[in-house]
Amino acid sequence: MAATDSTAQTVKELERYKYGFETNIETELAPKGLNEDIIRFISAKKEEPEWLLEWRLKAYRQWLTMTEPTWANVRYPAIDFQDAHYYAAPRQKIAPKSLEEVDPELLRTYEKLGIPLREQEALAGVAVDAVFDSVSVATTYKKRLEEMGVIFCAISEAVKKYPDLVRKYLGSVVPPGDNFYACLNSAVFTDGSFVYVPKGLRCPMELSTYFRINEKNTGQFERTLIVCDDGAYVSYLEGCTAPQRDENQLHAAVVELVALDDAEIKYSTVQNWYPGDAEGKGGIYNFVTKRAACRGRNSKVMWTQVETGSAVTWKYPSCILQGENSVGEFYSVAITNNHQQADTGTKMIHIGKNTRSKIISKGISAGHSDQTYRGLVRIQPGADGARNFTQCDSLLIGDQCGAHTVPYIETKNPTARTEHEATASRISEDQLFYCLQRGLNPEDAVGLIVNGFCKEVLQTLPMEFAVEAQKLVAISLEGSVG
Amino acid sequence: MALIEIRNLHASVDGKDILKGVDLVIEPGKVHALMGPNGTGKSTLSNIIAGRDGYTITDGDILLNGQSLLEMEPQDRALAGIFLSFQYPVEIPGVATSTFLKAAINARRRAAGEGEIDAMEFLKLVKAKAKELGVRDDMLKRPVNVGFSGGEKKRAEVLQMALMTPRFAILDETDSGLDIDALKVVADGVNALRSPDRSFLVITHYQRLLSYIVPDVVHVFAGGRIVRTGGPELAEELEAKGYADYTGAAA
Repeated sequence: MAATDSTAQTVKELERYKYGFETNIETELAPKGLNEDIIRFISAKKEEPEWLLEWRLKAYRQWLTMTEPTWANVRYPAIDFQDAHYYAAPRQKIAPKSLEEVDPELLRTYEKLGIPLREQEALAGVAVDAVFDSVSVATTYKKRLEEMGVIFCAISEAVKKYPDLVRKYLGSVVPPGDNFYACLNSAVFTDGSFVYVPKGLRCPMELSTYFRINEKNTGQFERTLIVCDDGAYVSYLEGCTAPQRDENQLHAAVVELVALDDAEIKYSTVQNWYPGDAEGKGGIYNFVTKRAACRGRNSKVMWTQVETGSAVTWKYPSCILQGENSVGEFYSVAITNNHQQADTGTKMIHIGKNTRSKIISKGISAGHSDQTYRGLVRIQPGADGARNFTQCDSLLIGDQCGAHTVPYIETKNPTARTEHEATASRISEDQLFYCLQRGLNPEDAVGLIVNGFCKEVLQTLPMEFAVEAQKLVAISLEGSVG
Repeated sequence: MALIEIRNLHASVDGKDILKGVDLVIEPGKVHALMGPNGTGKSTLSNIIAGRDGYTITDGDILLNGQSLLEMEPQDRALAGIFLSFQYPVEIPGVATSTFLKAAINARRRAAGEGEIDAMEFLKLVKAKAKELGVRDDMLKRPVNVGFSGGEKKRAEVLQMALMTPRFAILDETDSGLDIDALKVVADGVNALRSPDRSFLVITHYQRLLSYIVPDVVHVFAGGRIVRTGGPELAEELEAKGYADYTGAAA
């Protein structure tokens, strides 16, 4: 390669992950390692009530008896759970009571990420909770939402201000012992968002949490809990980024959604954790448990995810369709490039009568990456008239990548109907040449074709983020052709 | 100077010689027709001019305004003014035709150092051209070529040509799959684009299209090269006598 080419390539590498910078801010860290004292330290830092500390310790003791799951189609070196800090927070002199008191360096960080936190500059109609390492640093439009009865705050704040609500629902969808990483999260979770939408209210703003890992040698263990009361509606979006580093960092989150009678939750994720470099060095391990309980009649939960980041992803946003006529939907675009690995999909558990689920998954593999769609559709004996439709499409770019589809369908009710469609294809030479002949460069052409392939999913995103997601799809595939 | 000059072009696919010494000179403003039996390399020639992968050029050159195209990427040739109207335009699911057109227009504007086209300006431009070519508005919203009838696909190709304003356009069997009404619309569209600084190479099997797009020069292509050149009357002769005289040359 000519020197100029390699310089151009380096510049491109830098541009590819534009969120790879690090914020220089004084940080308070828990000592490295994991033990009961560390958990007490976290709990004390958060000024938590005794019951929550007990809850954490119980989870921790259970976690010690568990082993890491190995069934996923991903490979990575064993994680040393003692070699990380489980708490990292920007040191602030006083806890900020309003946005005006937030450290300007933090505000600048979020601005650089495209998330202005000053309300006058923020996207109208979108309220943001900004989580930086282990703490929520700011939440916008809090007051306006409060006036309507919507609670939107950091979960550590909710523990103090709304202990009854938190206690009632925390762990009710993903119990602490659910799986290895959920259990670890229950022991050491630091921050995340809490949302409660009261009866009959359609929350008029998009709620959004922006997660940022900044400190090195830390893990992020966010915990998010969203409760939509009878007849309520909320649309929530999360975004995530991290600095570009050679080490791998662990992100093990738990998200729980509860939809009561006639409630609807729309949960969208744009996951753009640092994916590692072109050789597969560094990047985030994204081991996440996300689950929704459609508890009420006619309740509905819609998961949309655009997964482009992380070195290794292990994630199955699921719906437990308990209420009669409840509906679960899962729309996913997962893109892996270079040496990224993803094992992702969903679980739809039909329990109530006439429950319906829909799964649309679009996987794009490029470079040397490997991707698996893993999905479970289970129809319980009582789920008369349950319906499921699943469509899984894989697109391969190049001949060094892998795409796998592993559907599990378990039907225990003869009146239920499930459908599964799956395709695997390549971007055709014909399509690519057609675009090039019209003057598009190969990268734009692939971006366009892939965006077309994902359209059904991308159009389920809130409008404010759909455009951003389209760009992200194109950027994630840079360097995959030509 | 000639707009397009092809000199002694030899090319092969998987070791099989397809083009065996093509010589062709097209002056600005001229329409040349390339006629000949199936399977003699006409589409190969158009693909090679446009820069498609998979062909090995073993000899010769292709010049646009005196400059060789052979080292240029397909997209750079497109931006330099080469346009290929495909015999079988490919479908691109999920990509609205208007989105595709906008991307192609913006690629040109970027190459010219201009900013992206304004959304209103784009709509106005596309709708006006679409109307001229009988392309309905709803076709612009549909994914590129997906579910288009044969006639719609060819009309969409000509619409793209009108918007790309090429210096040199190749129409590869644009008449295939068209009924007579669609043929007229497409031919009118092409004729409207004829201008003193734009040249065309019309590849066709039949004389029919050439009654509507009247060429300046007609070539007979057989056995991987041009075997005869004449005026418009040559097309009529071929229509009457067929290609029997030339299939021998292919052997």
